[in-house]
Formats: sequence, structure tokens, C-alpha cells
Amino acid sequence: MKITLNVWRQQNAQSSGRFETYVASNVSEHMSFLEMLDVVNTDLVKAGKEPIAFDHDCREGVCGSCGIVIGGRAHGPNRAIATCQLHMRTFRDGDTITLEPWRAKAFPVIKDLMVDRTAMDRIMQAGGYVSVKTGGVPDGNAIPIPKHVADEAMDAAACIGCGACVAACPNGSAMLFVAAKVSQLALLPQGQVERTERVLKMVKQMDDEGFGNCSNNYACEAECPKEVSVTHIARLNREYLRANLVKEEQKESAGGA
Amino acid sequence: MNQLTAFVQSSVGKKIFMSLTGLFLCSFLLVHLVGNLTLLKNDGGAAFDAYSHFMSTNGAIRVLEVGLVLGFLVHICAGLLVWWQNRQARPTKYETYRLKDTTPWASRNTIVTGSIVLIFLVVHLQTFVGGLRFTENPPSAYALVASAFSSGWYSAFYVVALVLLGYHLRHGFQAAFQTLGLRNKRYGGLLDAIGVLFWLIVPIGFAILPVYFYFFHNVSDATMALGGI
Repeated sequence: MKITLNVWRQQNAQSSGRFETYVASNVSEHMSFLEMLDVVNTDLVKAGKEPIAFDHDCREGVCGSCGIVIGGRAHGPNRAIATCQLHMRTFRDGDTITLEPWRAKAFPVIKDLMVDRTAMDRIMQAGGYVSVKTGGVPDGNAIPIPKHVADEAMDAAACIGCGACVAACPNGSAMLFVAAKVSQLALLPQGQVERTERVLKMVKQMDDEGFGNCSNNYACEAECPKEVSVTHIARLNREYLRANLVKEEQKESAGGA
Repeated sequence: MNQLTAFVQSSVGKKIFMSLTGLFLCSFLLVHLVGNLTLLKNDGGAAFDAYSHFMSTNGAIRVLEVGLVLGFLVHICAGLLVWWQNRQARPTKYETYRLKDTTPWASRNTIVTGSIVLIFLVVHLQTFVGGLRFTENPPSAYALVASAFSSGWYSAFYVVALVLLGYHLRHGFQAAFQTLGLRNKRYGGLLDAIGVLFWLIVPIGFAILPVYFYFFHNVSDATMALGGI
């Protein structure tokens, strides 16, 4: 296969980027998209040029590292896969494909197709955790959880934090990501201790990072490699409303003790 | 920070205001439509004039009217604010962006449909509230409707605006329930069914009126009604 690539090249966050065109002439349809980029990069290195920088790690759709907007679609045109799971047989011989990084104010470009997604880490630090007692390992099933609740929480927990929801959203909103995390922990008994504080803190951090507001387009759900449903966004909204209604004014504690 | 301030300023809070006011405006549409359908009663406008008189003189309605104006203002301001902030959230645009593949037209264009509906609202208020309440010797409400819709351009503008209102509600009605956290797998289908009432039946109901008056209501009737004041 012969594929023409229109790739976004940008030296760092400060510099302005531009598109450059590369032709990959010996592409096998069995290659994964990232393997095709590896071949293009090998040729670039041989020619003494700077290879295209892109994020990747496990290359089997579980780590959430990779992510390229391919032909205007986050993770490419197929449903329920990460960029690493996309294969060249999806495209036709002679196609021209535009490659761009996730574009959002909250995701500054590090280099070329790599973006800084630490905004999502800071949202997690703000409230995406549970309190546990130290000591011996607890029994696996010591706390009973109804099957359908566990299933729903598991569906939310499938989020790999790749940021495709932000990239796909016309508003650069991180609602599906935050919803998956809030929903997962709000459903489970282990998440109840911080339930009220968590949603308030995570939404606050999300807004502070410069992500947009959700406008219920559901482009996020369509592009999510793990098919996280927007019903989790409804649950986030419900949790947020609930938290605002039930939150007690906190007394200043003396501390120490 | 005060919790209420934080709520209003948050992304979710702003949208909860938008959804509540949006649903309130939907309820207004339904009441307005039921009243307007009295125009179709073949009694020379007696029923519609009585309805119009009641709406402009009843005290409770006048109080609700203030709420309605506030509802519109909050909905419009929150909508514009959300739209503006969302534009800031992606400073560098995509070279190719195939949002069309994954989202419906109505959901991508609420700001466009909403703005045109707002223009329609201004024209509509100027004609009917201006023409009945802020005019010396106003005509009967029925006569005013008949004469306004005797213009083809004016009637066509109404129909176009109502089609866009339909698209606005096609997105807005379900989105309001999503934002309020009331949409889930169990009720999603039911909400979509109720939504049809708002995005399809209500706009059609309103659009029947200019079409009916323009095509089937001859001018002499209108003149007679005008002469009858």
C-alpha cells in the first residue's frame, strides 16, 4: 500500500507547528498504525531527519498512552479501539491521512503528536482516590456488592485515561473521563467515605484546568476506545447536584490530636 | 469560596441552570400552544380573544410573566457563557475534524438554532405584545393574528423559525434530563418518546397557524374582524 501522511510537526509547546507531508510506499495492510509510523520514522532517521514523536506503550489497547487524531477522528475511524489497535487494512491504497495531536487548551503539545495530559492526573489527585485502612489484607469478598452494581462500576473502571473524549469533544470537555472516575467510586461501598467531597473537588479541578463545558453531543462516547457510556456523565451530574445539596459546612478542626 | 457561588460558576452548575430554565420554557410552549389552538375554532375569534384577554389581565399570569422573562434571560446568558468558554477550550482548531460522523446536527448547532429563535422571539413580541399592549386603540387579538399572517414573508419566517425551534428542542429536551442526571438506561427511551412531543408535535402545532391563516383564511374575514372591534 502507498499512504500519504499529512503530519503535524511542532518542536515544543512554545513554538508554532505546521503540517509536513511524508509518503510511506511499502505499507503492509497487516501493519498496525503505529508500526507504519515506526517504518516512516526509520526512514526519517536514515535520511538524517527528526522522527515523528508520538506517545505509545503497551500497543494492545490497555495502557491509554497512545492517541492521535487520524483523519479527523480520535483514535481513527473505527469504534472501540485505541490508536495502537488500528490496522492499515482500514485504509485504502493511495489514501492521504491527516495526523494531529489531541487539541485542547488543557493538553499543551509536548512535541509533534505528543500532548501533556497531566491535567487528568491532577483531576485524579484532587479526588480520584479512596481511604483504606492499613493492616492485613482484607478478605476478597468481605463487602457484599450487588452484581449489577459491580458490573456498572467495572464499565466505568474500563476508562484508560487516554483523553480521546477530550480530543473528540467540540468543547474540549473532560466530562466523560471525570464521569467514569466519579461514577466508578460513587457506585462502590469503598468510595462512600469521600463521595460528597470527591465530585466537588474533581469538577472544580476539571474547570480550573481549562477543559470546556459538556454540551451533551456524545462525541466522547462514540470515540471512547473502552465504550464508556454517557450515562456515567448523567451520574456525575446527579452526584454533583447531590453533593451540593447534602454537603455540611465543615467546622474548623483543631488538628493534631 | 461560598458553596453557592462555586456551584453557579462550575461547568455542571451553569448547565443545571440551563436545563431547568429550558424545561420551564418547554412547559410555557405547551401552554402557549394550547391557547393558540383556539385560533382554529370557527367562531370569528371569540374564543381566542377571550383567551388573549385572560392572559393579559389575570394577575397570576402577569406574575408568571416575570418568571418567564427571567427564565429566558438565564437560559440565554448561561447558553452564551457556555458557548464562549467552550470556544476558549480549544485554541488551535483541527485541520480535519469529522465531528459529523459521530454527532447529530441538532446537537452541534444549538447556538445557531437558539440565536435564530431569539431573533424570532423579538419579532414575535414586537408584533403581538407591542401590537396589543403598547398601541393606542389596539385591534382584537384575532384580527391582529389574521392580518400578520396574511403576509407570506411573515408566515414563512414563522415556519422557518419553528423548524429551527424543533431542532433546538431535539437536542435540548434530552440534554436537559442528561444534565439533571435523570437520564439513564431505564428511562432513556421514555424521555425520548416524551421529547417527540416537544421537538416535533409542538413546533408542528404552532406552524399550522401561519399556514392556516395564510392559505385558508381569506382577507375579507380578517377585514370583517377588524371592522368588528
